[in-house]
Amino acid sequence: MTASEVVASPVQEQIEDLKQRLAALESRAPERTSNKATIVVLSGDMEKVMSAYIIATGAASMGMDVTLFFTFWGLGALKKKRSLKGKSLLQSMMTLMTPAGMRGLGTSKFNFGGLGPVMFGAMMRRSNVASLEEIAELARELGVREVACTMTMDVMGVSKDELLPFVEFGGVGMFVGEAADSKIQLYI
Amino acid sequence: MPVPETVDEVLDASGLQCPLPLAKTAKALNGLAAGSVLKVVATDEGSVLDFQSWAQGSGKCELLAQEKSAGDDGKTRYIHYLKRK
Repeated sequence: MTASEVVASPVQEQIEDLKQRLAALESRAPERTSNKATIVVLSGDMEKVMSAYIIATGAASMGMDVTLFFTFWGLGALKKKRSLKGKSLLQSMMTLMTPAGMRGLGTSKFNFGGLGPVMFGAMMRRSNVASLEEIAELARELGVREVACTMTMDVMGVSKDELLPFVEFGGVGMFVGEAADSKIQLYI
Repeated sequence: MPVPETVDEVLDASGLQCPLPLAKTAKALNGLAAGSVLKVVATDEGSVLDFQSWAQGSGKCELLAQEKSAGDDGKTRYIHYLKRK
């Protein structure tokens, strides 16, 4: 046995081994590919809800199936009106003290009792940035789903007739099911 | 990346901010037949990297070329050529 044969044979064995492994990988059935994005909107701050809708719009424009899950403070963004019908005292107080719709959302900083969002709105218009409502409308046109968490609706006393008509209702099962199948999962 | 000689449709996204240029482009591409070329004119500098990653991720179109030119209003125009797959 020459010196070169001693070196060559383990290399050849390795190549054979790699070839077999490659063939095994190639013969494997392709995994199910999903093209989904799932975002939890827990926050009710204007700029956070806005970033959720901007990401949703971008993902949907890329052809992804996007679901937004609204829970706790995020629910306020889906409201079309306030209603106190059938609510407990605490729930009624909560309803009166939380925003009723996108227009009413405050900012996390510089809110100044509601003046902050007006200031931000003016600054955004000056920079020609679309408003939160316009971006949300665009997201809907691109097929983004908006799902309200029914558990937090119960806790906070949010009734179905307070929410926008296209809102769907779900729980953690729906979220986990969608998120497990998603390429993008965010919690805002 | 040479600029294509023929363009089937032009989308003017000048003055629009993120995410509007992408959203409007997605809508415009949906209305185009496979093989058509869409020219998108934007003023947002971020659109250069946006369209590169976006075209790769969407799978719906191919980014043929990008160029920069000065607009009449003194603002730079970022021009993107996309081919519908």
